[in-house]
Amino acid sequence: MTALLETTGLTRRYGSLLALDGVSLSVAAGARHAVIGPNGAGKSTLFALVTGTLRPTAGRVVFDGQDVTRRPDHARARAGMGKTFQHSSLFTSLPVLDNLALATQRAAGRGMAMLRPAGRQVAVQEQAMRLLEQVGLAGRAGTPAAALSHGERRQLEVALALATSPRLLLLDEPTAGMSAADSSRFAELVESLGSAVTVLIIEHDLDVVFRLATRVTVLHLGRVLADGTPDEIRADETVQRAYLGDAALDDLFFEAAP
Amino acid sequence: MRRVAAGAALGLLAAVPLLVSSNVADMLTRVLAFALLALGLDLLAGIGGLPSLGQAAPFGVGAYAAALLAKHVTTVAPLQLLAATAAGAALSAAVGWLLVRSRGTYFLMLTLAVGEIVHELADRWEGVTGGTNGLAGIPAITVVPGAAPVRLAGVRYWYVLTAVLVCGAALVMVSRSAFGRTLRGVRDNEERMRSLGYRTFLPKYAVFCIAGAAAGAAGALWVAQARFVSPADLGFEVSAMALLAVVIGGRGSLWGAALGAAVVVLVREELSPQLGGRGPLVLGLVFVTAVYLLPQGFAGTRLRWPSSPGDHTGRPPDPPSHRGTTPAVPRTPPGRRGTAAT
Repeated sequence: MTALLETTGLTRRYGSLLALDGVSLSVAAGARHAVIGPNGAGKSTLFALVTGTLRPTAGRVVFDGQDVTRRPDHARARAGMGKTFQHSSLFTSLPVLDNLALATQRAAGRGMAMLRPAGRQVAVQEQAMRLLEQVGLAGRAGTPAAALSHGERRQLEVALALATSPRLLLLDEPTAGMSAADSSRFAELVESLGSAVTVLIIEHDLDVVFRLATRVTVLHLGRVLADGTPDEIRADETVQRAYLGDAALDDLFFEAAP
Repeated sequence: MRRVAAGAALGLLAAVPLLVSSNVADMLTRVLAFALLALGLDLLAGIGGLPSLGQAAPFGVGAYAAALLAKHVTTVAPLQLLAATAAGAALSAAVGWLLVRSRGTYFLMLTLAVGEIVHELADRWEGVTGGTNGLAGIPAITVVPGAAPVRLAGVRYWYVLTAVLVCGAALVMVSRSAFGRTLRGVRDNEERMRSLGYRTFLPKYAVFCIAGAAAGAAGALWVAQARFVSPADLGFEVSAMALLAVVIGGRGSLWGAALGAAVVVLVREELSPQLGGRGPLVLGLVFVTAVYLLPQGFAGTRLRWPSSPGDHTGRPPDPPSHRGTTPAVPRTPPGRRGTAAT
Protein backbone atom coordinates (compact mmCIF):
# COMPACT_ATOMS: atom_id res chain seq x y z
CA MET A 1 0.00 0.00 0.00
CA THR A 2 1.22 3.47 -0.82
CA ALA A 3 1.36 6.21 1.72
CA LEU A 4 -1.23 8.96 1.34
CA LEU A 5 0.38 11.06 4.02
CA GLU A 6 3.98 11.00 5.04
CA THR A 7 5.84 13.15 7.51
CA THR A 8 9.59 13.08 7.81
CA GLY A 9 11.48 14.45 10.79
CA LEU A 10 8.65 16.76 11.75
CA THR A 11 9.85 19.08 14.49
CA ARG A 12 8.22 22.00 16.21
CA ARG A 13 9.61 24.21 18.93
CA TYR A 14 7.73 26.68 21.07
CA GLY A 15 10.56 28.79 22.38
CA SER A 16 12.65 26.41 24.41
CA LEU A 17 9.99 23.74 24.50
CA LEU A 18 10.41 21.01 21.96
CA ALA A 19 6.81 19.95 21.38
CA LEU A 20 7.52 17.60 18.53
CA ASP A 21 10.90 16.05 17.91
CA GLY A 22 11.55 14.49 14.55
CA VAL A 23 8.31 12.61 14.06
CA SER A 24 8.18 10.45 10.96
CA LEU A 25 4.84 8.95 10.23
CA SER A 26 3.40 7.13 7.26
CA VAL A 27 -0.33 6.84 6.78
CA ALA A 28 -1.27 4.25 4.19
CA ALA A 29 -4.07 4.96 1.75
CA GLY A 30 -7.30 3.53 3.08
CA ALA A 31 -5.91 3.06 6.57
CA ARG A 32 -7.56 3.88 9.86
CA HIS A 33 -4.50 5.29 11.52
CA ALA A 34 -4.65 6.35 15.15
CA VAL A 35 -2.20 8.54 17.01
CA ILE A 36 -2.34 8.13 20.75
CA GLY A 37 -0.25 9.28 23.62
CA PRO A 38 -0.48 10.83 27.05
CA ASN A 39 -1.11 14.53 27.57
CA GLY A 40 1.73 16.65 26.29
CA ALA A 41 2.90 13.97 23.89
CA GLY A 42 2.62 16.37 20.95
CA LYS A 43 -0.52 14.96 19.36
CA SER A 44 -2.22 18.28 18.81
CA THR A 45 0.96 19.86 17.51
CA LEU A 46 1.33 17.02 15.02
CA PHE A 47 -2.26 17.55 13.97
CA ALA A 48 -1.72 21.27 13.43
CA LEU A 49 1.45 20.66 11.42
CA VAL A 50 -0.28 18.15 9.17
CA THR A 51 -3.36 20.33 8.56
CA GLY A 52 -1.25 23.42 8.01
CA THR A 53 -2.38 25.69 10.83
CA LEU A 54 1.18 25.56 12.17
CA ARG A 55 4.47 25.56 10.28
CA PRO A 56 7.13 23.08 11.35
CA THR A 57 10.50 24.19 12.66
CA ALA A 58 11.98 21.38 10.61
CA GLY A 59 10.81 18.42 8.61
CA ARG A 60 8.43 17.79 5.73
CA VAL A 61 4.80 16.89 5.16
CA VAL A 62 4.05 15.02 1.96
CA PHE A 63 0.44 14.51 1.00
CA ASP A 64 -0.48 12.36 -1.97
CA GLY A 65 3.04 12.58 -3.37
CA GLN A 66 3.23 16.36 -3.08
CA ASP A 67 5.30 18.31 -0.60
CA VAL A 68 2.74 20.49 1.18
CA THR A 69 4.99 21.69 4.00
CA ARG A 70 4.81 25.30 2.84
CA ARG A 71 1.23 25.26 1.60
CA PRO A 72 -1.40 27.11 3.68
CA ASP A 73 -4.24 25.28 5.41
CA HIS A 74 -6.91 26.18 2.85
CA ALA A 75 -4.80 24.86 0.01
CA ARG A 76 -4.29 21.58 1.86
CA ALA A 77 -8.05 21.41 2.42
CA ARG A 78 -8.66 21.85 -1.29
CA ALA A 79 -6.08 19.19 -2.04
CA GLY A 80 -8.24 16.72 -0.10
CA MET A 81 -7.62 17.04 3.64
CA GLY A 82 -10.70 17.36 5.79
CA LYS A 83 -10.50 17.93 9.50
CA THR A 84 -12.59 18.13 12.61
CA PHE A 85 -11.77 20.39 15.52
CA GLN A 86 -11.24 19.24 19.06
CA HIS A 87 -13.85 21.69 20.26
CA SER A 88 -16.77 21.92 17.90
CA SER A 89 -16.06 24.71 15.52
CA LEU A 90 -19.23 25.57 13.69
CA PHE A 91 -20.93 28.59 12.15
CA THR A 92 -23.06 29.20 15.18
CA SER A 93 -25.31 31.93 13.83
CA LEU A 94 -26.21 30.01 10.68
CA PRO A 95 -28.81 27.26 10.35
CA VAL A 96 -27.48 23.71 10.37
CA LEU A 97 -28.19 23.30 6.67
CA ASP A 98 -26.22 26.44 5.83
CA ASN A 99 -23.28 25.13 7.83
CA LEU A 100 -23.07 22.16 5.50
CA ALA A 101 -23.93 24.19 2.42
CA LEU A 102 -20.84 26.28 3.10
CA ALA A 103 -18.82 23.13 2.64
CA THR A 104 -20.72 21.81 -0.36
CA GLN A 105 -20.75 25.16 -2.14
CA ARG A 106 -16.97 25.37 -1.79
CA ALA A 107 -16.60 21.87 -3.15
CA ALA A 108 -18.85 22.86 -6.06
CA GLY A 109 -16.80 26.01 -6.71
CA ARG A 110 -19.72 28.29 -5.89
CA GLY A 111 -18.30 30.08 -2.88
CA MET A 112 -18.02 33.39 -4.71
CA ALA A 113 -21.23 33.16 -6.78
CA MET A 114 -23.14 36.39 -6.27
CA LEU A 115 -26.01 36.36 -8.75
CA ARG A 116 -28.32 33.57 -7.64
CA PRO A 117 -29.91 33.36 -4.19
CA ALA A 118 -28.04 30.79 -2.12
CA GLY A 119 -31.23 28.75 -1.72
CA ARG A 120 -31.44 28.24 -5.47
CA GLN A 121 -28.03 26.62 -5.76
CA VAL A 122 -29.95 23.40 -6.08
CA ALA A 123 -27.05 20.96 -6.32
CA VAL A 124 -25.31 22.59 -3.35
CA GLN A 125 -28.44 22.53 -1.19
CA GLU A 126 -29.34 18.96 -2.08
CA GLN A 127 -25.88 17.67 -1.36
CA ALA A 128 -25.93 19.44 2.00
CA MET A 129 -29.31 17.90 2.80
CA ARG A 130 -28.06 14.43 1.86
CA LEU A 131 -25.14 14.80 4.23
CA LEU A 132 -27.46 15.97 6.99
CA GLU A 133 -29.54 12.84 6.55
CA GLN A 134 -26.40 10.74 6.62
CA VAL A 135 -25.45 12.00 10.07
CA GLY A 136 -29.04 11.97 11.30
CA LEU A 137 -29.57 15.70 11.60
CA ALA A 138 -32.09 16.13 8.81
CA GLY A 139 -34.79 17.19 11.26
CA ARG A 140 -32.62 20.04 12.48
CA ALA A 141 -31.88 21.65 9.12
CA GLY A 142 -33.36 25.04 10.02
CA THR A 143 -32.05 25.22 13.58
CA PRO A 144 -29.20 27.64 14.23
CA ALA A 145 -26.07 25.63 14.99
CA ALA A 146 -25.75 27.44 18.33
CA ALA A 147 -28.93 25.72 19.51
CA LEU A 148 -27.67 22.17 18.97
CA SER A 149 -26.87 19.84 21.83
CA HIS A 150 -23.26 18.83 22.40
CA GLY A 151 -23.72 15.46 20.71
CA GLU A 152 -25.44 17.03 17.73
CA ARG A 153 -22.63 19.54 17.40
CA ARG A 154 -20.10 16.75 17.24
CA GLN A 155 -22.17 15.07 14.53
CA LEU A 156 -22.36 18.28 12.56
CA GLU A 157 -18.63 18.75 13.06
CA VAL A 158 -17.94 15.40 11.40
CA ALA A 159 -20.49 16.07 8.68
CA LEU A 160 -18.76 19.35 7.90
CA ALA A 161 -15.41 17.64 7.55
CA LEU A 162 -16.92 15.01 5.26
CA ALA A 163 -18.88 17.49 3.19
CA THR A 164 -15.89 18.48 1.09
CA SER A 165 -15.33 14.81 0.13
CA PRO A 166 -11.81 14.62 1.56
CA ARG A 167 -9.46 11.76 0.79
CA LEU A 168 -7.80 12.15 4.15
CA LEU A 169 -10.00 12.78 7.14
CA LEU A 170 -8.19 14.12 10.19
CA LEU A 171 -10.07 13.75 13.45
CA ASP A 172 -8.80 15.61 16.52
CA GLU A 173 -10.12 13.85 19.62
CA PRO A 174 -13.53 13.38 18.04
CA THR A 175 -15.15 11.61 20.97
CA ALA A 176 -14.00 14.10 23.61
CA GLY A 177 -16.95 14.80 25.86
CA MET A 178 -19.21 12.32 24.11
CA SER A 179 -21.40 9.86 25.93
CA ALA A 180 -20.62 6.17 25.45
CA ALA A 181 -23.60 5.84 23.12
CA ASP A 182 -22.51 8.82 21.06
CA SER A 183 -18.95 7.49 20.87
CA SER A 184 -20.21 4.19 19.63
CA ARG A 185 -22.40 5.86 17.03
CA PHE A 186 -19.43 7.93 15.98
CA ALA A 187 -17.32 4.80 15.57
CA GLU A 188 -20.04 3.31 13.38
CA LEU A 189 -19.97 6.43 11.24
CA VAL A 190 -16.22 6.16 10.72
CA GLU A 191 -16.52 2.42 10.00
CA SER A 192 -19.11 3.17 7.33
CA LEU A 193 -16.81 5.53 5.44
CA GLY A 194 -15.30 3.01 3.06
CA SER A 195 -11.72 2.76 1.93
CA ALA A 196 -11.82 5.80 -0.35
CA VAL A 197 -11.39 7.89 2.77
CA THR A 198 -8.23 7.50 4.77
CA VAL A 199 -8.62 8.40 8.42
CA LEU A 200 -6.01 9.80 10.78
CA ILE A 201 -7.48 9.98 14.24
CA ILE A 202 -6.01 11.52 17.36
CA GLU A 203 -7.78 10.08 20.31
CA HIS A 204 -7.76 9.66 24.05
CA ASP A 205 -10.42 7.00 24.21
CA LEU A 206 -8.50 3.75 23.73
CA ASP A 207 -11.69 1.72 23.28
CA VAL A 208 -12.52 3.75 20.20
CA VAL A 209 -8.93 3.52 18.97
CA PHE A 210 -8.67 -0.24 19.26
CA ARG A 211 -12.09 -0.67 17.73
CA LEU A 212 -11.36 1.45 14.67
CA ALA A 213 -7.68 1.56 14.01
CA THR A 214 -5.82 -0.60 11.55
CA ARG A 215 -2.57 0.98 12.66
CA VAL A 216 -1.54 2.84 15.78
CA THR A 217 1.28 5.28 16.42
CA VAL A 218 2.12 6.13 20.00
CA LEU A 219 3.64 9.51 20.74
CA HIS A 220 5.42 10.21 23.95
CA LEU A 221 7.17 13.46 24.84
CA GLY A 222 7.20 14.58 21.23
CA ARG A 223 8.65 11.38 19.81
CA VAL A 224 7.31 8.24 18.25
CA LEU A 225 7.38 5.65 20.99
CA ALA A 226 5.88 2.81 19.01
CA ASP A 227 4.20 2.17 15.69
CA GLY A 228 2.36 -0.96 14.68
CA THR A 229 -0.89 -2.85 14.45
CA PRO A 230 -3.31 -2.53 17.37
CA ASP A 231 -2.30 -5.96 18.64
CA GLU A 232 1.38 -5.12 18.59
CA ILE A 233 0.71 -1.87 20.43
CA ARG A 234 -1.41 -3.61 23.03
CA ALA A 235 1.41 -6.00 23.72
CA ASP A 236 4.12 -3.37 23.73
CA GLU A 237 5.67 -2.92 27.12
CA THR A 238 7.06 0.56 26.60
CA VAL A 239 3.60 1.75 25.65
CA GLN A 240 2.11 0.23 28.74
CA ARG A 241 4.71 1.97 30.80
CA ALA A 242 4.00 5.29 29.12
CA TYR A 243 0.32 4.95 29.78
CA LEU A 244 0.14 3.08 33.02
CA GLY A 245 3.52 4.24 34.17
CA ASP A 246 5.12 2.07 36.80
CA ALA A 247 8.02 4.28 37.65
CA ALA A 248 7.38 6.51 34.67
CA LEU A 249 4.59 8.55 36.23
CA ASP A 250 6.94 11.47 36.52
CA ASP A 251 7.49 11.35 32.78
CA LEU A 252 3.85 11.93 32.17
CA PHE A 253 3.32 14.80 34.46
CA PHE A 254 6.56 16.63 34.83
CA GLU A 255 9.00 16.24 32.00
CA ALA A 256 6.51 17.39 29.41
CA ALA A 257 5.86 20.68 31.17
CA PRO A 258 7.67 23.72 29.76
CA MET B 1 -47.29 39.91 4.57
CA ARG B 2 -43.71 40.96 4.00
CA ARG B 3 -44.45 41.77 0.40
CA VAL B 4 -47.40 43.94 1.34
CA ALA B 5 -45.25 45.82 3.83
CA ALA B 6 -42.45 46.22 1.32
CA GLY B 7 -44.91 47.42 -1.35
CA ALA B 8 -46.46 49.93 1.02
CA ALA B 9 -43.04 51.23 2.00
CA LEU B 10 -42.06 51.59 -1.63
CA GLY B 11 -45.28 53.40 -2.49
CA LEU B 12 -44.76 55.77 0.40
CA LEU B 13 -41.16 56.42 -0.61
CA ALA B 14 -42.22 57.14 -4.17
CA ALA B 15 -45.04 59.45 -3.08
CA VAL B 16 -42.84 61.57 -0.82
CA PRO B 17 -42.31 64.49 -3.24
CA LEU B 18 -46.07 64.82 -3.67
CA LEU B 19 -46.63 65.10 0.05
CA VAL B 20 -43.87 67.27 1.44
CA SER B 21 -42.14 70.57 0.81
CA SER B 22 -39.04 70.75 -1.37
CA ASN B 23 -36.83 71.32 1.66
CA VAL B 24 -38.01 68.10 3.21
CA ALA B 25 -37.66 66.29 -0.11
CA ASP B 26 -34.05 67.52 -0.31
CA MET B 27 -33.35 66.26 3.16
CA LEU B 28 -34.91 62.90 2.38
CA THR B 29 -32.76 62.75 -0.75
CA ARG B 30 -29.71 63.05 1.47
CA VAL B 31 -31.17 60.38 3.75
CA LEU B 32 -31.42 58.05 0.76
CA ALA B 33 -27.84 58.71 -0.31
CA PHE B 34 -26.61 58.14 3.22
CA ALA B 35 -28.71 54.99 3.45
CA LEU B 36 -26.83 53.55 0.48
CA LEU B 37 -23.54 54.25 2.28
CA ALA B 38 -24.90 52.45 5.34
CA LEU B 39 -26.16 49.52 3.24
CA GLY B 40 -22.71 48.95 1.78
CA LEU B 41 -21.13 49.22 5.21
CA ASP B 42 -23.65 46.78 6.64
CA LEU B 43 -22.70 44.23 4.01
CA LEU B 44 -19.07 44.75 5.01
CA ALA B 45 -19.45 44.99 8.79
CA GLY B 46 -22.69 43.24 9.62
CA ILE B 47 -22.51 40.36 7.17
CA GLY B 48 -18.80 40.19 6.40
CA GLY B 49 -17.70 40.90 9.99
CA LEU B 50 -15.33 43.69 8.95
CA PRO B 51 -16.35 46.91 10.74
CA SER B 52 -14.77 49.83 8.94
CA LEU B 53 -14.31 53.31 10.35
CA GLY B 54 -13.16 54.65 7.01
CA GLN B 55 -16.13 54.35 4.68
CA ALA B 56 -16.13 58.12 4.30
CA ALA B 57 -13.04 57.69 2.13
CA PRO B 58 -14.71 55.90 -0.83
CA PHE B 59 -17.82 58.00 -0.17
CA GLY B 60 -15.80 61.20 -0.51
CA VAL B 61 -13.79 59.96 -3.46
CA GLY B 62 -17.09 59.15 -5.19
CA ALA B 63 -18.46 62.55 -4.29
CA TYR B 64 -15.39 64.36 -5.66
CA ALA B 65 -15.39 62.22 -8.78
CA ALA B 66 -19.03 63.05 -9.47
CA ALA B 67 -18.46 66.75 -8.71
CA LEU B 68 -15.43 67.03 -10.97
CA LEU B 69 -17.22 65.20 -13.73
CA ALA B 70 -20.23 67.49 -13.36
CA LYS B 71 -18.09 70.61 -13.48
CA HIS B 72 -15.78 69.66 -16.30
CA VAL B 73 -17.24 66.82 -18.35
CA THR B 74 -20.89 65.95 -18.15
CA THR B 75 -23.98 66.75 -16.14
CA VAL B 76 -25.58 63.42 -17.00
CA ALA B 77 -26.21 61.95 -13.57
CA PRO B 78 -26.07 58.21 -14.36
CA LEU B 79 -22.60 58.70 -15.85
CA GLN B 80 -21.50 60.53 -12.72
CA LEU B 81 -22.94 57.69 -10.68
CA LEU B 82 -21.02 55.07 -12.67
CA ALA B 83 -17.77 57.01 -12.44
CA ALA B 84 -18.18 57.53 -8.71
CA THR B 85 -18.97 53.86 -8.17
CA ALA B 86 -15.84 52.93 -10.07
CA ALA B 87 -13.79 55.48 -8.12
CA GLY B 88 -15.04 54.17 -4.77
CA ALA B 89 -14.37 50.60 -5.80
CA ALA B 90 -10.91 51.50 -7.11
CA LEU B 91 -9.89 53.19 -3.87
CA SER B 92 -11.13 50.22 -1.85
CA ALA B 93 -9.41 47.79 -4.18
CA ALA B 94 -6.14 49.67 -3.78
CA VAL B 95 -6.13 49.85 0.03
CA GLY B 96 -8.17 46.72 0.70
CA TRP B 97 -5.46 44.46 -0.62
CA LEU B 98 -3.56 45.11 2.58
CA LEU B 99 -6.36 46.10 4.93
CA VAL B 100 -8.48 42.96 4.83
CA ARG B 101 -5.50 40.91 5.96
CA SER B 102 -5.91 42.47 9.39
CA ARG B 103 -8.68 41.68 11.82
CA GLY B 104 -10.84 43.20 14.51
CA THR B 105 -9.44 46.30 16.14
CA TYR B 106 -6.48 46.40 13.76
CA PHE B 107 -8.81 46.50 10.80
CA LEU B 108 -10.84 49.22 12.47
CA MET B 109 -7.74 51.33 13.13
CA LEU B 110 -6.32 50.83 9.64
CA THR B 111 -9.58 51.84 7.95
CA LEU B 112 -9.66 54.87 10.23
CA ALA B 113 -6.14 55.74 9.14
CA VAL B 114 -7.02 55.44 5.47
CA GLY B 115 -10.07 57.62 6.03
CA GLU B 116 -7.91 60.30 7.65
CA ILE B 117 -5.29 60.14 4.90
CA VAL B 118 -7.89 60.61 2.18
CA HIS B 119 -9.45 63.42 4.19
CA GLU B 120 -6.08 65.11 4.49
CA LEU B 121 -5.51 64.66 0.78
CA ALA B 122 -8.82 66.35 -0.04
CA ASP B 123 -7.81 69.20 2.23
CA ARG B 124 -4.38 69.73 0.69
CA TRP B 125 -4.75 68.96 -2.99
CA GLU B 126 -6.25 72.34 -3.77
CA GLY B 127 -5.78 72.21 -7.53
CA VAL B 128 -8.24 69.38 -7.82
CA THR B 129 -10.39 69.42 -4.72
CA GLY B 130 -10.52 73.13 -4.04
CA GLY B 131 -8.94 72.53 -0.65
CA THR B 132 -10.85 73.52 2.45
CA ASN B 133 -13.28 75.57 0.40
CA GLY B 134 -14.43 72.49 -1.41
CA LEU B 135 -16.01 72.43 -4.82
CA ALA B 136 -18.97 74.78 -5.19
CA GLY B 137 -21.01 75.75 -8.21
CA ILE B 138 -21.65 72.22 -9.32
CA PRO B 139 -24.20 72.33 -12.15
CA ALA B 140 -27.59 70.69 -11.71
CA ILE B 141 -27.81 67.12 -12.94
CA THR B 142 -29.55 65.97 -16.07
CA VAL B 143 -31.07 62.52 -15.99
CA VAL B 144 -30.54 61.70 -19.68
CA PRO B 145 -28.19 63.37 -22.18
CA GLY B 146 -29.71 66.46 -23.76
CA ALA B 147 -32.52 66.78 -21.24
CA ALA B 148 -33.16 69.92 -19.23
CA PRO B 149 -31.29 70.19 -15.93
CA VAL B 150 -33.25 68.91 -12.98
CA ARG B 151 -34.24 71.87 -10.82
CA LEU B 152 -37.18 70.39 -8.92
CA ALA B 153 -36.34 68.80 -5.62
CA GLY B 154 -39.00 66.16 -6.21
CA VAL B 155 -37.55 65.00 -9.52
CA ARG B 156 -34.07 64.89 -8.02
CA TYR B 157 -35.50 62.82 -5.19
CA TRP B 158 -37.02 60.38 -7.66
CA TYR B 159 -33.74 60.03 -9.49
CA VAL B 160 -31.83 59.36 -6.27
CA LEU B 161 -34.56 57.02 -5.04
CA THR B 162 -34.33 54.99 -8.26
CA ALA B 163 -30.55 54.82 -8.06
CA VAL B 164 -30.61 53.79 -4.40
CA LEU B 165 -33.23 51.11 -5.09
CA VAL B 166 -31.16 49.68 -7.94
CA CYS B 167 -27.93 49.69 -5.95
CA GLY B 168 -29.71 48.47 -2.83
CA ALA B 169 -31.28 45.60 -4.77
CA ALA B 170 -27.82 44.64 -6.00
CA LEU B 171 -26.53 44.61 -2.42
CA VAL B 172 -29.49 42.52 -1.25
CA MET B 173 -28.83 40.09 -4.09
CA VAL B 174 -25.20 39.78 -3.03
CA SER B 175 -26.19 39.27 0.59
CA ARG B 176 -28.58 36.45 -0.29
CA SER B 177 -26.23 34.68 -2.69
CA ALA B 178 -23.86 31.83 -2.03
CA PHE B 179 -21.19 34.53 -1.71
CA GLY B 180 -23.29 36.15 1.02
CA ARG B 181 -23.35 32.85 2.83
CA THR B 182 -19.58 32.66 2.45
CA LEU B 183 -19.32 36.09 4.08
CA ARG B 184 -21.43 34.98 7.03
CA GLY B 185 -19.25 31.92 7.33
CA VAL B 186 -16.11 34.06 7.45
CA ARG B 187 -17.72 36.34 10.01
CA ASP B 188 -18.75 33.41 12.21
CA ASN B 189 -15.63 31.29 11.98
CA GLU B 190 -12.82 32.14 9.62
CA GLU B 191 -10.57 29.30 10.74
CA ARG B 192 -13.26 26.76 9.95
CA MET B 193 -13.79 28.32 6.54
CA ARG B 194 -10.11 27.84 5.78
CA SER B 195 -10.32 24.23 6.86
CA LEU B 196 -13.14 23.80 4.34
CA GLY B 197 -10.81 25.06 1.64
CA TYR B 198 -11.81 28.72 1.43
CA ARG B 199 -9.04 31.18 0.79
CA THR B 200 -10.79 33.67 3.06
CA PHE B 201 -8.84 36.63 1.76
CA LEU B 202 -10.87 36.59 -1.46
CA PRO B 203 -14.40 37.04 -0.09
CA LYS B 204 -13.14 39.63 2.38
CA TYR B 205 -11.40 41.57 -0.35
CA ALA B 206 -14.42 41.29 -2.64
CA VAL B 207 -16.87 42.58 -0.05
CA PHE B 208 -14.51 45.42 0.82
CA CYS B 209 -14.53 46.48 -2.83
CA ILE B 210 -18.31 46.11 -3.09
CA ALA B 211 -18.81 48.24 0.00
CA GLY B 212 -16.43 50.79 -1.50
CA ALA B 213 -18.41 50.83 -4.74
CA ALA B 214 -21.64 51.39 -2.82
CA ALA B 215 -20.01 54.20 -0.85
CA GLY B 216 -18.77 55.80 -4.06
CA ALA B 217 -22.26 55.62 -5.57
CA ALA B 218 -23.68 57.14 -2.40
CA GLY B 219 -21.16 59.99 -2.72
CA ALA B 220 -22.36 60.78 -6.25
CA LEU B 221 -25.99 60.79 -5.12
CA TRP B 222 -25.14 63.02 -2.19
CA VAL B 223 -23.50 65.52 -4.53
CA ALA B 224 -26.42 65.33 -6.96
CA GLN B 225 -28.53 66.89 -4.24
CA ALA B 226 -26.05 69.00 -2.26
CA ARG B 227 -24.23 70.34 -5.35
CA PHE B 228 -21.30 71.03 -3.09
CA VAL B 229 -18.53 68.86 -1.74
CA SER B 230 -15.84 69.68 0.77
CA PRO B 231 -13.34 67.72 2.89
CA ALA B 232 -15.96 67.67 5.66
CA ASP B 233 -17.89 65.14 3.54
CA LEU B 234 -15.13 62.59 3.99
CA GLY B 235 -14.27 63.28 7.59
CA PHE B 236 -14.25 60.87 10.45
CA GLU B 237 -17.72 62.01 11.44
CA VAL B 238 -19.24 60.61 8.26
CA SER B 239 -17.56 57.24 8.77
CA ALA B 240 -18.62 57.11 12.39
CA MET B 241 -22.20 58.02 11.57
CA ALA B 242 -22.37 55.34 8.90
CA LEU B 243 -21.19 52.76 11.40
CA LEU B 244 -23.63 54.15 13.93
CA ALA B 245 -26.45 53.74 11.42
CA VAL B 246 -25.47 50.10 10.95
CA VAL B 247 -25.34 49.45 14.68
CA ILE B 248 -28.63 51.04 15.60
CA GLY B 249 -30.28 49.52 12.56
CA GLY B 250 -29.19 46.01 13.45
CA ARG B 251 -25.96 44.55 12.20
CA GLY B 252 -26.47 42.26 9.24
CA SER B 253 -29.95 43.47 8.42
CA LEU B 254 -29.87 45.63 5.32
CA TRP B 255 -33.27 47.28 5.82
CA GLY B 256 -32.32 47.97 9.42
CA ALA B 257 -29.22 49.80 8.22
CA ALA B 258 -31.33 51.96 5.90
CA LEU B 259 -33.62 52.83 8.80
CA GLY B 260 -30.62 53.55 11.01
CA ALA B 261 -29.28 55.89 8.34
CA ALA B 262 -32.56 57.79 8.35
CA VAL B 263 -32.43 58.22 12.12
CA VAL B 264 -28.83 59.38 12.04
CA VAL B 265 -29.37 61.97 9.30
CA LEU B 266 -32.62 63.22 10.83
CA VAL B 267 -31.09 63.69 14.25
CA ARG B 268 -28.03 65.37 12.83
CA GLU B 269 -29.79 67.68 10.38
CA GLU B 270 -33.14 68.38 11.97
CA LEU B 271 -32.62 68.09 15.70
CA SER B 272 -29.12 69.49 15.83
CA PRO B 273 -29.90 73.09 14.77
CA GLN B 274 -32.72 73.25 17.28
CA LEU B 275 -30.37 72.17 20.03
CA GLY B 276 -27.74 74.71 19.19
CA GLY B 277 -25.50 72.24 17.37
CA ARG B 278 -25.59 69.56 20.01
CA GLY B 279 -26.63 66.94 17.48
CA PRO B 280 -23.57 64.74 18.08
CA LEU B 281 -24.51 64.62 21.75
CA VAL B 282 -27.98 63.39 20.83
CA LEU B 283 -26.46 60.87 18.45
CA GLY B 284 -24.28 59.64 21.27
CA LEU B 285 -27.35 59.21 23.46
CA VAL B 286 -29.18 57.44 20.65
CA PHE B 287 -26.21 55.14 20.26
CA VAL B 288 -26.02 54.27 23.95
CA THR B 289 -29.78 53.81 24.15
CA ALA B 290 -29.82 51.65 21.06
CA VAL B 291 -27.04 49.43 22.33
CA TYR B 292 -28.72 48.94 25.70
CA LEU B 293 -32.36 48.70 24.68
CA LEU B 294 -32.06 47.18 21.23
CA PRO B 295 -28.98 45.00 21.28
CA GLN B 296 -30.03 43.70 17.91
CA GLY B 297 -30.94 47.06 16.48
CA PHE B 298 -34.25 47.96 14.92
CA ALA B 299 -34.14 44.73 12.99
CA GLY B 300 -34.01 42.80 16.24
CA THR B 301 -37.25 44.26 17.56
CA ARG B 302 -38.98 42.11 15.00
CA LEU B 303 -38.26 39.10 17.14
CA ARG B 304 -40.67 40.30 19.74
CA TRP B 305 -43.51 40.70 17.29
CA PRO B 306 -45.97 37.88 16.84
CA SER B 307 -44.08 35.55 14.56
CA SER B 308 -45.04 35.65 10.93
CA PRO B 309 -45.29 32.24 9.23
CA GLY B 310 -41.83 30.81 9.51
CA ASP B 311 -39.94 32.25 6.60
CA HIS B 312 -36.90 32.93 8.70
CA THR B 313 -35.11 31.76 11.76
CA GLY B 314 -34.51 33.80 14.82
CA ARG B 315 -31.12 33.73 16.38
CA PRO B 316 -30.51 32.74 19.95
CA PRO B 317 -27.95 34.57 22.04
CA ASP B 318 -24.40 33.80 21.09
CA PRO B 319 -22.68 31.21 23.17
CA PRO B 320 -19.59 32.52 24.90
CA SER B 321 -17.40 30.37 22.70
CA HIS B 322 -18.41 32.33 19.64
CA ARG B 323 -15.47 33.37 17.53
CA GLY B 324 -14.84 36.17 15.12
CA THR B 325 -16.28 38.87 17.32
CA THR B 326 -15.55 42.36 16.30
CA PRO B 327 -14.73 44.68 19.11
CA ALA B 328 -15.96 48.11 18.18
CA VAL B 329 -19.38 47.05 17.08
CA PRO B 330 -21.38 45.46 19.86
CA ARG B 331 -22.55 42.01 19.10
CA THR B 332 -25.89 42.69 17.57
CA PRO B 333 -26.85 39.58 15.72
CA PRO B 334 -29.50 40.24 13.15
CA GLY B 335 -32.94 38.90 13.71
CA ARG B 336 -33.41 37.52 10.25
CA ARG B 337 -31.25 36.66 7.31
CA GLY B 338 -31.49 36.28 3.63
CA THR B 339 -30.17 32.78 3.75
CA ALA B 340 -32.60 31.43 6.26
CA ALA B 341 -33.43 27.83 5.62
CA THR B 342 -36.46 27.27 3.54
